[in-house]
Amino acid sequence: MSAEADGRPWPWLPDGFTPAVRMGLSIAVAVGLYGISFGALAVTAGLDVWQACALSALMFTGGSQFAFIGVIGGGGTGAAAWAAATLLGVRNGIYGMQIKALLRPPARLIPVMAQFTIDESTATATAQDDHDERVRGFWTAGLGVYLLWNLFTLVGALAGDALGDPRQWGLDGAAVAAFLGLLWPRLRGRDPIAIAVVAAVVTALTLPLVPPGIPVLIAAAVTAAWWAIRRSGGTP
Amino acid sequence: MTLWNWLLLAVAAAYLIKLAGYLLPRAWLESPPITDLAAALTVGLLASLTVMNTLGNGQSVGFDSRLLALAAGAVALKLKAPYLVVVIAGAAAAALGRLAGLP
Repeated sequence: MSAEADGRPWPWLPDGFTPAVRMGLSIAVAVGLYGISFGALAVTAGLDVWQACALSALMFTGGSQFAFIGVIGGGGTGAAAWAAATLLGVRNGIYGMQIKALLRPPARLIPVMAQFTIDESTATATAQDDHDERVRGFWTAGLGVYLLWNLFTLVGALAGDALGDPRQWGLDGAAVAAFLGLLWPRLRGRDPIAIAVVAAVVTALTLPLVPPGIPVLIAAAVTAAWWAIRRSGGTP
Repeated sequence: MTLWNWLLLAVAAAYLIKLAGYLLPRAWLESPPITDLAAALTVGLLASLTVMNTLGNGQSVGFDSRLLALAAGAVALKLKAPYLVVVIAGAAAAALGRLAGLP
């Protein structure tokens, strides 16, 4: 992403496009395309095409959407899927605070901006140096990702429906790589790596012991306990 | 409750969390512990979901072609491949494993 932020990733775009718009558009295309994998994996997990599209249109936060279908696909309950998706969405609250501080939006726009407050729009806005560019970056990435993410979710859901046995096509392997790809860029520094290892081990150990979907929530609880111990000054 | 009910509840929760970032007092959300918790939860949940999708088989653990997908995804990420390529690498590895007769 940073490589795209500082050069001219798409030289064929009109010169009138500012760096923030260029960055927003290239992110929108890259992220939008993987809506195909979300759509296909959602129907593989047992959702219908409408449910896959409803998640992209209404929830519109990739990590939580993958969490929801990941728990359902693993045989978990709707309640466990709800909890995993909701906990994974907590970071969007932090993004909203950052965007509000950075863009100082008028109150009437806040209900709309909230829906477009995701990893990509926040990253594009915060990567810019002046106020107008931040605003352009937020909206270009937010709206661009929204349009393409929804379009390609539909394409993926229809394709996934037509594929037949998802295992034969390796779609369960695609889900594994998809989650690893979301996790990977966050593994910078000692604490995130330690948390990831602990969460992974806890999940593997509890998988055979509790109903599907619950290991994810146990891992979240262990992570929160880690945070509480760190906060009180300890070193777990 | 049906899957649709839980789906719509999750949609509502996702939106309310996004909105809360704009409406809750800044001093509360911006405090380092809350920022740390959000970052830690994201990492912990994604790591857990990765393992669950690799090994989970209902309420049991299964070692199959999904482990190849995990390895292929890691290699692609190490090579700084774009996200879509990472996902396709995972699918291809699992599909090839099955083609070779692995579970």
